[in-house]
Amino acid sequence: MSAPVRPRDAEANLTEASSPTQASAPSQASAPTAMVRICGFEDLVPELGVAALVSGTQIAVFRLTDGSVHAVQNLCPFSGASVLSRGITGSRGDEPTIASPIYKQVFSLVTGECLVTMDKEPMPGASPHLRVYRVLVDGPGVWVDPTDLP
Amino acid sequence: MGAQRIIVVGAGMVAQRFVQSLREADDAGRYEVEVYGEEQYAPYDRVALTSFFSKAGPEELLLGSPTLWDDPRVTLHRGARVTSIDRAARTVTVDDGSQRSYDHLVLATGSSAWAPPIPGVDLPGVFMYRTLDDVAALRDWVRAKQTLVGRPVRGAVIGGGLLGLEAAGALQSMGATATVVEFANRLMALQVDDSGGEALKSLIQRLGVQVKCGLATSAVEADASGNAGTLKFSSGGEQLVDVVVFATGIRPRDELAREAGLPVGERGGVVVDDACLTSDPSVSAIGECAAAAADEHMSIGLIAPGNTMADVTAHRLLGREEAYLGADTATKLKLLGVDVASFGDAFATTPGALEVVYSDPFSGAYKKLVMTDDASTLLGGMFVGDASAYATLRPMVGAELPGDPSSWILPEGQAERPELELPDAATVCSCNNVTAQSIRAAVNEDGIHDLGELKSHTKAGTACGSCLPLVKKILNTELEKSGIEVSEALCEHFAMSRASLFSAIQVAGLTTFSDIIERFGTGHGCDICKPTVGSILASIYNEHVLSDGRAALQDTNDRYMANMQKDGTYSVVPRIPGGEITPDKLLVIAEVAKDFDLYTKITGGQRIDLFGARLEQLPEIWQRLVDAGMESGHAYGKSLRTVKSCVGSSWCRYGVQDSTSMAIALEERYRGLRSPHKLKVGVSGCARECAEARGKDVGVIATEKGWNVYVGGNGGFTPKHAQLLAEDVDDATVFQVIDRYLMLYIRTADRLQRTAPWQEEYEGGLDAIKDVILNDSLGICADLDEHMAHHIDTYEDEWKAVLEDPARLAQFTSFVNAPDQADPSLAYVEERGQRRPATPAERAAMSGASRSESRV
Repeated sequence: MSAPVRPRDAEANLTEASSPTQASAPSQASAPTAMVRICGFEDLVPELGVAALVSGTQIAVFRLTDGSVHAVQNLCPFSGASVLSRGITGSRGDEPTIASPIYKQVFSLVTGECLVTMDKEPMPGASPHLRVYRVLVDGPGVWVDPTDLP
Repeated sequence: MGAQRIIVVGAGMVAQRFVQSLREADDAGRYEVEVYGEEQYAPYDRVALTSFFSKAGPEELLLGSPTLWDDPRVTLHRGARVTSIDRAARTVTVDDGSQRSYDHLVLATGSSAWAPPIPGVDLPGVFMYRTLDDVAALRDWVRAKQTLVGRPVRGAVIGGGLLGLEAAGALQSMGATATVVEFANRLMALQVDDSGGEALKSLIQRLGVQVKCGLATSAVEADASGNAGTLKFSSGGEQLVDVVVFATGIRPRDELAREAGLPVGERGGVVVDDACLTSDPSVSAIGECAAAAADEHMSIGLIAPGNTMADVTAHRLLGREEAYLGADTATKLKLLGVDVASFGDAFATTPGALEVVYSDPFSGAYKKLVMTDDASTLLGGMFVGDASAYATLRPMVGAELPGDPSSWILPEGQAERPELELPDAATVCSCNNVTAQSIRAAVNEDGIHDLGELKSHTKAGTACGSCLPLVKKILNTELEKSGIEVSEALCEHFAMSRASLFSAIQVAGLTTFSDIIERFGTGHGCDICKPTVGSILASIYNEHVLSDGRAALQDTNDRYMANMQKDGTYSVVPRIPGGEITPDKLLVIAEVAKDFDLYTKITGGQRIDLFGARLEQLPEIWQRLVDAGMESGHAYGKSLRTVKSCVGSSWCRYGVQDSTSMAIALEERYRGLRSPHKLKVGVSGCARECAEARGKDVGVIATEKGWNVYVGGNGGFTPKHAQLLAEDVDDATVFQVIDRYLMLYIRTADRLQRTAPWQEEYEGGLDAIKDVILNDSLGICADLDEHMAHHIDTYEDEWKAVLEDPARLAQFTSFVNAPDQADPSLAYVEERGQRRPATPAERAAMSGASRSESRV
């Protein structure tokens, strides 16, 4: 397998640990403690999202054709249903995106920003933007950090 | 001061137009209107009278918005004839003896059919062709005769003008033979010249109608039972008949005006000035009963000038300065399927006028342009057999025609046609008198950039629709000029329309999204172009929607082959072809619904919808349905949904064909066919139409002789009745025309464009589509047939295929790290014995214990 590209979000957090992508046989201990392994990299089909349940939180995880892996909240802020893993991936300009399967809003997979609202308001009290979670690909495994990013 | 009262005498098309025009402009409520009509019907479309024979009932011929007659300021008196006018007292007397006073009187009494005073015109079996009652009586007579004589009814039409040819078509459509007898030496003497008349005669004779010109009918003689039996001609000949229709002209209904002392024209018609006023300033006359100064005091038997007079009168009553400047006698007709059109100085009466003529011995078409002596300016023209250039050329009368004039009448493709720039003053829509200038203003000043909106804003193309291609062209030209790109781009990744992309993929033979976007697009795709490409690939190759990486192209519905509902669960719809299902299968559906606690509802398409299935439950549910012999209903796809049917002749007392078997055959033929939008089909076993087939994309309705096929019907946001595509055809032809119609739609429609707007916007409209499907005008029918045959041959149940494929089944899991765990955020309440998703308020009221994911 060629070395997967690490997402930008994960990069900053890996300074003290030896980079798992360079480790020939990474062990569970080499990943940051807050991270949870959800599946193998090969379990992800390019451009087809999956949902993961991590400490009660639903996270949508996407492996894109370029090998990058992204994780955002699975909850669609406009419908209240946990469905974003079942949306269609794509791009707006250079930004990789995910479209909600319910009312077709489009979000950035990198920043979580809602790029197209389809003239709709999010659910009462909800932000239109998505939470983004740190992802780490350590060769065979895909890890996510379910704690909130600021 | 209260509202003034306008009384309108006559309730025909022009009266309707006057009332509509007045009510639209009378914001201040200055007038109330009373309309008196002697017929039993609200104003109907007399021009379309012949379509009475192919339509369900008279209500389909009604004009305009029915709410016009509910307006409190408008009163319509049906079956009420005005018998006299007292101009001094400003009152009218109605045939029930009542009197009404008026502030202004509008005469819109129209005209009556005229028959020559020869012996036998009043025999039973002799008809006029003017009113709904006339055509209904004619139909009843022909039907009754048919059963009596046991051979085709012999019909004759006296008069070879527009109405005569329409009547001949009506007789033929009822299974009668038709002979047209014309006194003049050619047909349609008012519209075409001798050569045009000859061309028309031979085209019509090809259709099985006999034509006899230059023959005077001297009498109709009775048969033994006292009905019309023989036509006698002045020349000595005779002809046996069972039914005779007189279409020998019309006479203005000016008797009320005459008795009231108003001047009438030499050949009848109430004399009016440019303001449509009679000699009495409190009395107007409009339409066929009027003889306008601008028309040299001749009554004009066309609807467009009548509409203009109605508008002028309504607007002048409201204080606007408008004038009636004479009739545009341009006409375009389709008679027995043959185009006939003439416009401007069609007979080349202008001194020095040049005639450019083309006649095609094979197609039978005859076309002529009349130009000024230097061949630069268009004066008029005449078309028989092919009037495709009419819409473009008619508004160019009086303007310079660039290039070689013959390029417009040679068959398309033989000569380059120059681009035309219409003069601002050119009338684009002659029915509603809309100029090029007002269309341009609507686009540029009112910012209207959509054809549908442009139609409702300007009224252009809302009557007969023949100018629509031109309106669309003006719209596009104006948008391009003002730098607004007329973008056909699908999305930011593909700069072409769906139709272009379809043919590009088909010609290049590409099968994967990555190849397609690399070759024809940019970027990574999106939720717009990916499903479009997924649908196109499915339409072309009919391979599984989840094959070869195509899962990532599909919307969630196609990706999981179920319909996503608002809470993220799915509904499941097994196919129930034609709505026919055995009790055993019903039991299986009931058991599945019970075991998975699925909310159950009957759909509008005669099937059963099971709601609330979670993603990871779908394979198990489908395993049981497939084991019981059921298959995907494609309720989730932009594809054929259902074929709705009535029970038909196998059980119904009235059914004339087996509609259920036809529905099942159609559903099994087109199941799984991916298309630009969903497709619905209906089949009714008789004209009562219990399956509501004319509200479907394709409607098949049984007749005594076979089936009528209708296309382009729609429910939904913009309801539309389907239009007739083929009449009285057998089963094989039903399949063939629907095969071709659907394939043409699939290849050329825009993304998410349903059949109704598609066939309206298709270049040339439904007529052009008919030409492609029935006459193979594009030479693609063999290809369309082969494409559909491929679809039918390669059909497989896509759910069965998934159940047999472990790799695809692996996609049906809730969580990648907890495949059997249900989505913990789902919450339900019970209602009428079944469950439904909880509302946000109900969720809040529930204990947090049932939901572990409250923080997200």
